[in-house]
Amino acid sequence: MAVTVTPERDVVATPIQRALREAFYAGAISLGLFVLFIGLKTDQNISNELILVQRWGLLAAVVILTAVGRFLYVGFAQPAMERAKAEKAQAPAAAVTAPGFLRRNFNKIGVAVLLVYPIVIVLLVGFQGSLKWVDNFGIQILIYVMLAWGLNIVIGLAGLLDLGYVAFYAVGAYAYALLGTHFGLSFWILLPAAGMMAAFWGVMLGFPVLRLRGDYLAIVTLAFGEIIRLVLINWREVTNGSAGISGIPKVTFFGLMSFNVSDPNYIAKVLGIAQSGAYYKIFLYYLILGLCFLTAFVTIRLRRLPVGRAWEALREDEIACRSLGINTTTTKLTAFATGAMFGGFAGSFFAARQGFVSPESFVFLESAIILAIVVLGGMGSLGGIAVAALVMIGGTEILRELDFLKAIFGPDFTPELYRMLLFGIAMVVVMLWKPRGFVGSREPTAFLKERRAVSGSFTKEGHG
Amino acid sequence: MQYFVQQLINGLTLGSIYGLIAIGYTMVYGIIGMINFAHGDIFMVGAFTALIVFLVLGALFYSVPIVVALLIMMVVAMLLTSLYNWTIEKVAYRPLRGSFRLAPLITAIGMSIALSNFVQVTQGPRNKPVPPMVSKVYDIAGVSVSLKQIIIVVVTAILLAIFWYLVNKTALGRAQRACEQDRKMAALLGIDVDRTISITFIMGAALAAVAGTLFLMYYGVVVFSDGFTPGVKAFTAAVLGGIGSLPGAVLGGLLIGFIESMWSAYFSIDYKDVAAFSILAIVLIFLPSGILGRPEVEKV
Repeated sequence: MAVTVTPERDVVATPIQRALREAFYAGAISLGLFVLFIGLKTDQNISNELILVQRWGLLAAVVILTAVGRFLYVGFAQPAMERAKAEKAQAPAAAVTAPGFLRRNFNKIGVAVLLVYPIVIVLLVGFQGSLKWVDNFGIQILIYVMLAWGLNIVIGLAGLLDLGYVAFYAVGAYAYALLGTHFGLSFWILLPAAGMMAAFWGVMLGFPVLRLRGDYLAIVTLAFGEIIRLVLINWREVTNGSAGISGIPKVTFFGLMSFNVSDPNYIAKVLGIAQSGAYYKIFLYYLILGLCFLTAFVTIRLRRLPVGRAWEALREDEIACRSLGINTTTTKLTAFATGAMFGGFAGSFFAARQGFVSPESFVFLESAIILAIVVLGGMGSLGGIAVAALVMIGGTEILRELDFLKAIFGPDFTPELYRMLLFGIAMVVVMLWKPRGFVGSREPTAFLKERRAVSGSFTKEGHG
Repeated sequence: MQYFVQQLINGLTLGSIYGLIAIGYTMVYGIIGMINFAHGDIFMVGAFTALIVFLVLGALFYSVPIVVALLIMMVVAMLLTSLYNWTIEKVAYRPLRGSFRLAPLITAIGMSIALSNFVQVTQGPRNKPVPPMVSKVYDIAGVSVSLKQIIIVVVTAILLAIFWYLVNKTALGRAQRACEQDRKMAALLGIDVDRTISITFIMGAALAAVAGTLFLMYYGVVVFSDGFTPGVKAFTAAVLGGIGSLPGAVLGGLLIGFIESMWSAYFSIDYKDVAAFSILAIVLIFLPSGILGRPEVEKV
C-alpha cells in the first residue's frame, strides 16, 4: 500500500539536482533537531548551578555529515540499487540456485560451533584470557538466546504479545537467590523449582488477561512486569530492596565437585590441575548451552503436539480456532506457563552466574531487548532468533572492546556510552531493512502431502 | 476534608500532565493503530528543550519576566519536539506502514531507546535541577494551592479547548477523523493521508512538549530517563479511558493522577505506581475496551 506521490519536478530533475535538494533539506532538519542538543550542553559548575557549554563546531560537523550522507544516498546509492533491481528483474528466472552448503546445514554447523567454542578459545588464548570471551560473549549471548526462545513460545507460536517477559526472569532469579541463600538449597533442586514458580506466575498473569487481545494484552503484561519490579524494590524485608541480594551460592558440578577454592572438593584439587576461575565460566557456558538446547528441543517437539498446533492456530485466527473446538483458555495459559518456565530457568541461571541480583537487572528495557531479538530474528524461527541475539548482544558487547577508538577521538571518548544509542538505532535500521526478521520464512509444521511455503499475505505473523 | 481536597488538587495537577501526554498516544493509536512507544521520550525531549531554552534566556538577558520566559520555552519546545516526532514518523514508521503488526512497534521501541540515550550522550547522565521559576503559594480555606498548579491546570484547559476546536470544527480535524475511520476510503476521497498522519504526530508532540515544559516547571528537575515512567503511565491513562478516544485520554489521565495522589496520601507512597498499574489491569478485565472506548466488533 505504498502511496508515493511524485512531484513533477522530480521527474525533470537529474539525480544530482535532486540529491542536492534532498541534502539541503536533510541538513536543515538535522540543524533543527540538534541545534539545542548538540550545539549546547548543560553542565553543572562548582556551585552546582547549570551552565551552558557551547559546541558549535561539533554541531556543524554533524549537520554537514548528515547532508553529505543524504547527498550520497540519494545521488548514488539509490540509483545504483534501482539499476540492480531492474537488472535482476530482466535476468532470466532460472537463477534460482539451490541453497549453499552453509545454508542447508546452518543448524548443525551452529550447534557444532557452539559446542567447541570454549575449547577453541582456551586453545587460542589460554585459561586466563578465555574468561572474557567465554563469559562476556558466550554466556551473555546464550542467556539472551534462551530468553528469546522462551518468549518465542508466547509470541512466535501462540501470538500473544507479551511486553513483561522480564518479570518471569526476575521470579526465577529471586527464587534461586532467596531459597539458595536462606535455605542453602542446591542449584539443581532450585532450577526446576524456579521454573515451576515462574510458570505459576505465568498462569497467574494469564488468567486475568485471557479476555484481552493485541495491544491491550501488551500494556497489561507491561504493567505486570513493572509491578513485579516495583514490589522487588519496595518489599525490603524480603528482597532487600534496590540493594539486592548478594552472596548467592555457586552452582556445583552435580554435587560432585565445587567451584569454591576453599571447599575440600574444589575442582582443581579433585582433578589435580592448576587453580583458575575459568573452569567455572566454562562449566556455566555448557550449562546455559544445555538449557538452550532443552528450550529448543521442547519448542520443536511441542510444535508437533496437539498443544503446539493449537498455539499456531490461535496465532493465526482466534475465532476459527474456537469454532474448531479448541479450548482457547487452556491453550493461552499453557503458552504463558511454558514461556514463563523457560524465563524462570534463565533467571535462576542468571542469579547463579552473577552471584548477585537486584531489581536493576529486570527493567522494561530488558523485555524490549528480548522482544526485539524475537522479532528481528523472524518470529518462530529458532535459528533466526539465535542469529539476532548474536548480532544485537554480541555487537553491543564488542563496543566495550573498541579501545582503539580512543586513539582516534581522544582519551575522553568512551564507546560504552554509545552502546544503547547504537542498539536502538540498529533495531530501527534492521527492522526497516528486513521487516519480517532475518529469517522471514518458516517451514510449516502441518501440511497436506508436501511442504509448501505459505505467502506472508495469508498469515498474521511471518510466513509459514 | 481539607487534606482530601488538597490531594484532589495535587491529583488534578498530575492528571493534567498525564492527560496531555495521553492524547498523543491515543491519537496515533486511533489513526494508524500503533503504540508509539517513543512518545514518552518525546515528552522528555520536550522537557529538555524547555530546560535548555530556559538556560539560554538566562544567559542572554539579565532578567526576563517569568510569564514571557515560560511562553517562549513552551513555543520553542513545541516547535522542536514536533520536528523530532515528524522526523521519527517519516524515518521509522512510514516505511513500515502496511507491514505486519509488530514491525512499527519494534522500531518505536528502538526509537525510544535511541532518543533517551541520545539525550544521555549529548547532555550527560546527571539530574538537571533548575532554580524554582514560580514559587507563590495561595492559601484558600486551609488548602494550599501553588501558582504552579494553577498555571498547569489553566494551560491544560486552554490547550484542550484549542485542540477540541481543531479536531471537531476544522477541515484538518475532519480529515483526521476520516483517516481514523477508513484510511483507504479517505484517500479515495482526496484526503492526503500521509500529510494527515504527519500532522497527527506533530499535534501529539506539541502537546507532549507542553506537558514537558509544565513538568519541568512543577518538579524543577529533569533527567534523560524521565520519559519512561510518565510515558507508561500516560499510555495506561489512554488505555484506561479507552484508546482512540480523545475525551477518554483526558479522563484516564485525570483518573491516574487522582489514584496516584490519593494512594500516596492514604496508603503508601512506595506502592503508588503499583496501584496505578493494578487498577489498569482490573479495569481492563471488567471493561476490556476502557471507559469511553467503543467496544471492538469481532468480524469473522
